[in-house]
Amino acid sequence: MEFTLLIVALPLLLFFVLGLGGSRMQPRVAGIIGTLGMGTAAALSYAAAIRYFFAEGKVEGVFREIIPYSVEWLRFTDKLHIDLGILLDPISVMMLVVITTVSLMVHLYSLGYMRGERGFQRYYALLSLFSFSMLGLVVATNIFQMYIFWELVGVSSYSLIGFYYAKPSAVSASKKAFIVTRFADLGFLIGILVLSYYTGTFDFAALNGDKAQLVVSHTAGASFMGISIASWAMALIFMGGAGKSAMFPLHIWLPDAMEGPTPVSALIHAATMVVAGVFLVARLFPVYYFAAPDVLTMIGYVGAFTALFAAVIAITQTDIKRVLAFSTISQIAYMMVALGVSGYGDHEGLGYMASMFHLFTHAFFKALLFLGAGSVIHAVHSNEMGDMGNLRKYMPITHITFLIACLSIAGIPPFSGFFSKDEILAASLHHDKLLFFVLWVVAGLTAFYMFRLYFNIFWGKAKTYDGHHRPHESPLVMSLPLMLLALLSCGAGFTAFSQLVSSNGAPFHTHIEWEVAALGVAVALLGIALATKLYMRGGELPTLIAAAMGRFYRAALRKFYMDELWLFVTRKVIFRFISTPIARFDRRVIDGSMDGVGWVATRLAAAVKPFQNGKVQWYAFVFVLGAAAVAIWALCL
Amino acid sequence: MNILSFFVIVPLAMLLLLFAVRNVAQIRTIMVVGASALVGLAAVLAVVFLQQRAASPEAMLLVADTVWYPSLNIHYAVGVDGISVLMLALAAIIVFTGVFSSWNMPREYFMWYCLLSIGVFGFFISIDLFTMFLFYEVALIPMYLLIGVWGTGRKEYSAMKLTLMLMAGSAFLLVGILGIYFTTGGSSMNMLELAKAHIPILHQYWIFPATFLGFGVLGALFPFHTWSPDGHASAPTAVSMLHAGVLMKLGGYGCFRVAISLMPEAAHELAWIFLILTGISVVYGALSAVVQTDLKYINAYSSVSHCGLVLFAILMLNQTAMTGAVMQMLSHGLMTALFFALIGLIYGRTHTRDIREMGGLMKIMPFASVCYVIAGLASLGLPGLSGFVAEMTVFVGAFQHSDTFHRVLTIAATCSIVATAVYILRTIGKILYGPVHNEHHLHLTDATWYERVSAVGLIIFITLMGMFPSVVSDIISQSLEPIIARLM
Amino acid sequence: MIPMVSYLALSTLLFFVGIYGFIARKNMLAMLISIELILNAVELNFSVFNRYLYPEQMEGMFFSLFGIAVSAAETAVAIAIIINVYRNAQNIDIRHVDKLKG
Repeated sequence: MEFTLLIVALPLLLFFVLGLGGSRMQPRVAGIIGTLGMGTAAALSYAAAIRYFFAEGKVEGVFREIIPYSVEWLRFTDKLHIDLGILLDPISVMMLVVITTVSLMVHLYSLGYMRGERGFQRYYALLSLFSFSMLGLVVATNIFQMYIFWELVGVSSYSLIGFYYAKPSAVSASKKAFIVTRFADLGFLIGILVLSYYTGTFDFAALNGDKAQLVVSHTAGASFMGISIASWAMALIFMGGAGKSAMFPLHIWLPDAMEGPTPVSALIHAATMVVAGVFLVARLFPVYYFAAPDVLTMIGYVGAFTALFAAVIAITQTDIKRVLAFSTISQIAYMMVALGVSGYGDHEGLGYMASMFHLFTHAFFKALLFLGAGSVIHAVHSNEMGDMGNLRKYMPITHITFLIACLSIAGIPPFSGFFSKDEILAASLHHDKLLFFVLWVVAGLTAFYMFRLYFNIFWGKAKTYDGHHRPHESPLVMSLPLMLLALLSCGAGFTAFSQLVSSNGAPFHTHIEWEVAALGVAVALLGIALATKLYMRGGELPTLIAAAMGRFYRAALRKFYMDELWLFVTRKVIFRFISTPIARFDRRVIDGSMDGVGWVATRLAAAVKPFQNGKVQWYAFVFVLGAAAVAIWALCL
Repeated sequence: MNILSFFVIVPLAMLLLLFAVRNVAQIRTIMVVGASALVGLAAVLAVVFLQQRAASPEAMLLVADTVWYPSLNIHYAVGVDGISVLMLALAAIIVFTGVFSSWNMPREYFMWYCLLSIGVFGFFISIDLFTMFLFYEVALIPMYLLIGVWGTGRKEYSAMKLTLMLMAGSAFLLVGILGIYFTTGGSSMNMLELAKAHIPILHQYWIFPATFLGFGVLGALFPFHTWSPDGHASAPTAVSMLHAGVLMKLGGYGCFRVAISLMPEAAHELAWIFLILTGISVVYGALSAVVQTDLKYINAYSSVSHCGLVLFAILMLNQTAMTGAVMQMLSHGLMTALFFALIGLIYGRTHTRDIREMGGLMKIMPFASVCYVIAGLASLGLPGLSGFVAEMTVFVGAFQHSDTFHRVLTIAATCSIVATAVYILRTIGKILYGPVHNEHHLHLTDATWYERVSAVGLIIFITLMGMFPSVVSDIISQSLEPIIARLM
Repeated sequence: MIPMVSYLALSTLLFFVGIYGFIARKNMLAMLISIELILNAVELNFSVFNRYLYPEQMEGMFFSLFGIAVSAAETAVAIAIIINVYRNAQNIDIRHVDKLKG
């Protein structure tokens, strides 16, 4: 399996080629090189997946970890060293497939979407850099390698969100994304430090192995503020994951990140980077489950709250990309809840499997939604729902594929979302009724806001477009990825996922729990019906309802004032109450005291200066006085 | 003749040759050839050093000793270990790139520049305390003239402040050195000899603070860092580069070479006081940088934060953290030099350093802007560039300390990485991105070839160190072993 | 023979007149003359002590002669300075000569 190294190395090579030599290439050539390179990586990933799942991965009925490549990169102490390597296990192989597929689609799609943009080559170079970082992240053999690629992912995301760097809103969005996730990464880093201090290793295999025995035994008895050290460490590590995966209250960067080009949102902020947090928790799942079960419970509740919170906001948004952004937050929270309610081993670990399954299906239909939205934006040159409507006549392919994605995310059988969502609901029902209820409500809300979006774009009032701006279907290079992803959204659900991915590597059987499925589908249909009633023909009803909701609607529209809170924290607290006083303190007090030393010296000099006034007779007089004083003193003795 | 002495002889020869020439082309030829020779010399030294080290277990290699003033036991003694070799290489790289960044300067400027280089190189090769102190002073004095004459803004004030504060530090240092000399019996100033002799613990209690403070002033130890913002803001480009890039490292290197390794007991006992101060430096510098509006001030405060981390890591007194400290010195030297080179470039064109008056430079000077972004990313610790490996080594090493106090301080210090991200991104967002504020800026040109040499040279080393950190970290941690053995 | 104390009284008087003159007079020539008075008072003392206490020796006398020579040289220098001051300031008032800058 050594060839898997190429999957990671190829995008890096592409980055250097396109980054250093891109400006000398034709934009089209750069784009094609990037796409072909990513295509090769995708092909290699499929080969790796097939060989792993069906040939080499399974030993005695259990999927084992394969490390085909590992090299020591930086040695800290004898025990602690950062290795760079490739770890193949069911989830990392699954992620390789997801990432390369979505990335390839986005590469292809961007050939059309970004055509004629300034910095086309730079765009492709950055896409390659992002793919490299994300691939490196999922195949990390140890937590520090993960942290390294975690940071790289953050930076490439920063550069891509700020791709339109002349636009102030894009610049501030990219800055916000980076700083919020950096803050979360601080937690991640401290968590790594604590964990490695107690266990003396960064290695995933050592940490997870043997029911996380290493972590449990080394942190036994140690606690801080009444909570065990293991819990602290794992909670801090989860903080990193919460930052990247946009869990409340660290979600604030994701909606703004929609300032980036739409294909970037599809790749980074829907399918790959934002699930890094879920992946992180899944990767360390045995440690969470055995050493820090309280943190796992917390993850479940944080996830449930975020899912509901984001779904409510998504209903009110009018910018189509923001609706999708909040829907992403909500869906990722779903995955987090699934991990939070999961047990370990076989059917107990249903939640774990369901979470990964949802990650897998979500990647495709959410990428499809974003690319479809991109296609719409490309056609009408606006992000606002108000500028759209009735587009089904102009853009048939986009319309159909978008509908498939909506059905999928709403959880209507037989589309892929139904299967994964059903598993999550089933897992939560067995674990915690409250969480189940929240997720169930969210499922309804999801169906409602997705179809609100769908009807507002493709149906609604019979809007007319003047001849010059008449919307048109996107070129094949853009619609092809849509069709492929639609195909995946239809088919991905039929994967026998529990046969491939499970919490302990041993395949198990799942079956659809019909009561849960019926409940889920019923609420989804209810949501869709409501949306149809309200939005299919347009009309005044939604505005009336919004007015009736009053304050609550306004709060949701303003995203429950989280952005205001963020501005308050950064502008007021950090800038005005911390940094400005510190800077003043430095200038006035610290620097002032140094200047003060100089001032004292000068004053002292001024004080003694009159003695040296240049008047000879004064000197003589003082001299005589002195001599007289000495004489008198001598006489008195 | 010992290869190390060439590090002093080459700049000296450059200085003397400069007296002989008048025209610009000749001056530049001398400087470029000389600086390239220094870089070459550093490369040769690295090779020779690695060969010798493979053969010999001695702590210091290439040792040479010439008696200079017998009655006071003052020798001209040179020798290097892995750390000094790396510092010499850093100094050579920055002197080299600095020449390109001060392309249009007059002859007298370059003369002082050479003198400064003599001091810097001499400091790193010395193993005799007195020679070391002598070169230290040689490095300080030219700074006054370079800033005072060729600087900008409040240059006389800044030059005076910088010189006086550093001189005050070196007064402490001199007292400390004399203390070491006399308490060990007054027979030798050679550090190899002194390491064998034992300084009585009672004396260590005053000598350690004196020497640490003396060097610490140069390493921007809180609260004696205030020369740094003003000094850097007023200094001409290459002087800022050399100053922040190399001269501030003299402080860290000295603390480690003299204060810690000669007085291990006091270091253990008194480290906590200085740890608190350096911990404050790290966070405080970063937070102060957040609200600055002058590019050079931002960078100066960032240097306070990063150099604070160097001293912080040294005081952790374990191998990993100290390895990290040296890596941080190298990394900070390279990236801060890059920053100052680019700030000089931008300032030379826009005639302002106020970030509120700039915007959209990415469109106008893409090359310089991309370099600036790279420098910024290195500074905020992007993996693959030098800052990340250095900071992580420091943090991991410091967190391995068995004392809870030290670990809590480490966590406090890690918080600086968020503040660093804030000020770096704020600066980049304000000056490089966004629309162009000032239409006069639209006609500015991108970097000239000599400015490109300077920036690209530094970026190459930043990337190399970030990609292949184990080359550097192995050399350092091996050289640290004798010192660690003494500390234990 | 005139008693020694008369000589000493005279020299003391001369000395303090000289001191007073040096401190009080503003004319530099007058100050120079005052300095001469002080010196002469001292030389007188030397001679008197020599004559009365150690008549068989001559050191005091020599010292006086030596002092006279020195004061002559000193006067020459002082006069030169005063002339230069006069050239620059058009007077020889000591109050104008309190700055050593050029």
